[in-house]
Amino acid sequence: MIQVVDLVKRYRKAHRNAVDGISFEVGGGEFFALLGPNGAGKTTTISILTTTLLPTTGGATIAGHDLVTEASAVRREVGIIFQRPSLDQNLTGEENVRLHAILYGIHPYAPAFRLMETAYRRRVGELAELLGIGREVFDPVRTFSGGMRRKLEIVRSLLHDPKVLFLDEPTAGLDPPSRRALWGYLDAVRRERETTIFLTTHYLEEAEQADRICVIDDGRIVAQGTPAAIKAELVDEYVLVDADHRPALLADLERLGLPHSGEGPFRIPLGGRQIHEALRAIETPLNVVQTHSPSLEDAYLEIVDKPRA
Amino acid sequence: MHELSAVLAIAHRDFVKLIRDRARLVSDFAFPLILIGVLGTSLQAGFGTPGGFNLLTFVFTGVFAQTIWQSAALGVISLIADREQDFSQEMFVSPISRYSIIFGKIIGESLVALPQALAILVFGYVIGVPLSLPVLLALVPLAFVVAVFGGAFGVLVLSNLKSQQTANQIFPFVMLPQFFLAGVFNPIDNLPWFLDILSRLAPMRYAIDLVRDVYYAAHPEPVSVALLDAPTNLGIMGAMFVLFMVAGTTLFVRSERNR
Repeated sequence: MIQVVDLVKRYRKAHRNAVDGISFEVGGGEFFALLGPNGAGKTTTISILTTTLLPTTGGATIAGHDLVTEASAVRREVGIIFQRPSLDQNLTGEENVRLHAILYGIHPYAPAFRLMETAYRRRVGELAELLGIGREVFDPVRTFSGGMRRKLEIVRSLLHDPKVLFLDEPTAGLDPPSRRALWGYLDAVRRERETTIFLTTHYLEEAEQADRICVIDDGRIVAQGTPAAIKAELVDEYVLVDADHRPALLADLERLGLPHSGEGPFRIPLGGRQIHEALRAIETPLNVVQTHSPSLEDAYLEIVDKPRA
Repeated sequence: MHELSAVLAIAHRDFVKLIRDRARLVSDFAFPLILIGVLGTSLQAGFGTPGGFNLLTFVFTGVFAQTIWQSAALGVISLIADREQDFSQEMFVSPISRYSIIFGKIIGESLVALPQALAILVFGYVIGVPLSLPVLLALVPLAFVVAVFGGAFGVLVLSNLKSQQTANQIFPFVMLPQFFLAGVFNPIDNLPWFLDILSRLAPMRYAIDLVRDVYYAAHPEPVSVALLDAPTNLGIMGAMFVLFMVAGTTLFVRSERNR
């Protein structure tokens, strides 16, 4: 669905590349997360993929359309939730939705809601219900809560049935209940429409829900794969053991051929080994058994916190 | 059909915004009223009829065109404010032509300038500017033409700006000289050669002259006030409109996408 090849973006007057040669693919119906700290190049990437920014070199196709030469075709296929809300505060919820419907050629222009096509009015009714609001959809967006605005934007972005939905840090500034409600709704959307979802986030727990994650830092891809694969690749799992009689334990470890490090306590990397098997084979009475299994978050922080060159 | 719908929808949005913004409505009206009421009448009192024509009607026609022209130009420049509030993203990711977006914005801001035109006409009538019915009927569509032209000029200015702040800083330099070069208050048929060249380059000049063509056709003065005839003014405005639209939209889209 999305193919990105050697994408590079250097902003004018910048001394280094904001996006520095990234390549990845996203399959149809996939939930893909682009994860990275602030300033890693996530928004730059999403801006290029949604045609509002030109790449310096490299390119990408979305649903078979080239980003640069077929921008208009790409725009028809994608929906976007911007990092900063892009609703018009002066308009009502419905007027925002109406503008979108007309801009995407779903319905022809009419000067008032009542004069719009019946299909449109029915749709707005459904949307209001979906949002859990009634007549309030006709209120100015200014009066909506942050969670409500986000939801309205998502509903709006799905109006033209996009093949890919881009979400650029959609939950920034939302409280936990709104955040959870948002994900619930997006899940439902994915199941019902098989929309490909492209998410950028710096929240790991959001990315962990994805089918595949691509971690970027400083404009480069540092890890890519399923959450489990990334975890296996990045996370260093080991068991820490110790005994009153260390030489005996050390002998055990040597005899069993278990890799180990340290002078005691000893660190045994798990590397996919069954922890139980390993421990059962040790005959020396142990006084310390600690499994060290850092979360994906620890691993992520380790990647992105390393000092920059 | 889709593009036309989009143009109308974008224009509609601007007009709705105006109607909901009472403070802007009021301030829109105050400035021209001050210019005509204070400046026009005091110039008339001070100088009488130096060029052989009534200075009040001269200033009135000048301010009429200038206000509408400037209002539309400024309005189009508000696309920058939209960008800062990130609303323009929604428009720029939609699958419609960039020209449609800009043109819709121009039409919208031209509609926004129309109530202003009406207010100026009413006020002119109150302070004693001779206004016959045919002139009134002609000035309303004319105001729209002037506004669309001003909007196109706004696109050209916009395409060279980075933020609303720069827009606010640069606007006086783009606008104020034109007040004098285009002859809002002052006759410009006797300028020194270097100012004459600048004056002929000032787009606002042709909008004002066109309004004077129409006004003085119905309310003639002993001497000819307008400089060029109406078809010539319209022709120049048309050519400049196309130039501003094409150059402005191209530059604007390029500076947006090619950061």
